Amino acid sequence: MEAWLSQVPLTIWLAGFLALYMAWGIGANDVANAMGTSVGSGALTLRGAIIVAAVLEFSGAFLAGGHVTDTVRKGMLDMEKVALSPELLVYGMLAALASAATLLLIASSRGLPISTTHSIVGAIIGFGMVAFGVDAVAWGKVTQIILSWVTSPLLGGVLAFFIFRLIRRLILNQENPTAQARTYGPWFFFVVFFIIGLVTLFKGLKNLNLDFDLGTALVLSIGLGILGLALGSLFVRRVANRVAAEGQDSRSTQSVERVFVVLQILTACAVAFAHGSNDVANSIGPLAAVVNSQEGVDLVRKSAVAPWMLALGGVGIVFGLATWGYRVMETIGRKITELTPSRGFAAELAAAMTIVLASRLGIPVSTTHILVGGVLGVGLARGIEALDMRVVGKVLISWVATLPIAAVMSIGFFYLIRAILSP
Amino acid sequence: MSVIANLFGHSPVRPMQRHMKSAVNCAREVLPLLDAMESGNLGEISACRSRIDDLEHEADEIKNEIRSRLPQRLFMAMERRDLLEILNRQDSIADVAQDIAEIVDLRGMTVPGALAQPLRALAEHSIKTCEKAEQAIQQLDELVETGFGKREVGRVEEMLAALARLESETDDLADSCLRALFAIESDLGVATFFWYELIGWVGKMSDHAEAVGNRIRLLIAD
Repeated sequence: MEAWLSQVPLTIWLAGFLALYMAWGIGANDVANAMGTSVGSGALTLRGAIIVAAVLEFSGAFLAGGHVTDTVRKGMLDMEKVALSPELLVYGMLAALASAATLLLIASSRGLPISTTHSIVGAIIGFGMVAFGVDAVAWGKVTQIILSWVTSPLLGGVLAFFIFRLIRRLILNQENPTAQARTYGPWFFFVVFFIIGLVTLFKGLKNLNLDFDLGTALVLSIGLGILGLALGSLFVRRVANRVAAEGQDSRSTQSVERVFVVLQILTACAVAFAHGSNDVANSIGPLAAVVNSQEGVDLVRKSAVAPWMLALGGVGIVFGLATWGYRVMETIGRKITELTPSRGFAAELAAAMTIVLASRLGIPVSTTHILVGGVLGVGLARGIEALDMRVVGKVLISWVATLPIAAVMSIGFFYLIRAILSP
Repeated sequence: MSVIANLFGHSPVRPMQRHMKSAVNCAREVLPLLDAMESGNLGEISACRSRIDDLEHEADEIKNEIRSRLPQRLFMAMERRDLLEILNRQDSIADVAQDIAEIVDLRGMTVPGALAQPLRALAEHSIKTCEKAEQAIQQLDELVETGFGKREVGRVEEMLAALARLESETDDLADSCLRALFAIESDLGVATFFWYELIGWVGKMSDHAEAVGNRIRLLIAD
């Protein structure tokens, strides 16, 4: 045991420590943002949210976190050039972790809406330019990622707008909304299970040595969808019957919102899964790069992320949630009182769909920004009484500022770390 | 602090509903005031006035709170301008009730026999109009809840139609009240002028209520 430990190089210890800190920070801050809407609307209790988040963040990270992690560890740099001096990649990725971790500290202590995704991407671009030259940055991929930071919140917003309109048409606007919710509710379970299943299964589980083609993935996802439908029917019926048994007027908004509580628990799970699948890369991507370079893995070849690293990221996120995130979640939940389950459902469903799609495409996106997009989409459909647009301004400012700041920071850390560690 | 938590602004809807409740409570107090005017009980008249003053003050505080919490940057399910106009009109209902109580108290007005019945009918109907507007205002949260769905909008439209009907009936009652006043104007002398004003004000409460309804109509127009 001790012999094995002493063989692990210092750089891996460092990267492991920083990556765990990042994962902890993501669990402590971002998860609360992702789940706060469910706590605020009363769909989940604090305890329920923590359990849901722990299980599904980990599953998302472990099962579907590989694609984005690949992008972060090797997708943004030209690996042919990097392979010539892999030690620089080690220093650089350490620098990227250090800058993202610093920004995370600043963000959480000063209350700034800085996205960990933006900071890690900016940091990798930064050290990449000085370590391997401007040409070594895969600008095509980088441009695609940055563009996705515009399109993904927009997509989240548009989806949320139409999902809310759909809910209004099928359920809220009907003569007996609770009965309608009972009819259509289980089908939302089908859709969520099917889409997440398909996105995860189709060529998605290579790191677990499971490679399904489209046909198999489709069949399995439909199976999952039917499982969802069954579960949905069970839960939705149960709450609808309870509403009826208590003699609550099934035409009232209170009754139909109680059915939406069940549906929002579903979307809260979906958001947690999606968040895990995308954000685990921010901590584990750089770690994977460091470990691979140290182990002399062929950097150019398409090697998969080791499952143990994704698991480590998942554990870190859950740990952050358990030690700190629950407090943030409680605060957020107490502040969001204006959101009813049906709105939370629409915004979260839209966000989860957008994020899992991005995760499957290997694009690191900001969960928080997409969720903001989703909430604004519901607002545009006249579903929310009042939204404070000042927040949107702040998000835009930090959107623009994070990338260059992270890049400059990472360049500084890169020179520092190289000076200390290079033999 | 969390971006998501700060995204939700203070909604003016519930405070608006509270404000309308206070304003209509002011209007309702005009009936006990009429009782006191008919029985000629001056002490009771000032008691009524101070009750109306308190209610009006309460409404004013809610109004100021709403205004100070309604910055431009709020993105709302309802137009800010429409809400502010509704708030103004709601506030006018309370103000007019206060004006009525003030002049009655200061002049110690007691109702001439010929005016008692038409004035009471007018006041009752005017208050009923205000209550209809209040009923519509109480639907604002439900409107947002249903995402301005057709069914809920239809229900509010029915209320607004009833409100418009009540208002025009109130106009007719104000006419008969004025006719009754002018029939005895030579007996009343200079007091006629004040009764003329007072009858106008009682009718005015329903005008403001209807204006509230008209703005709600703009809110729900698709």
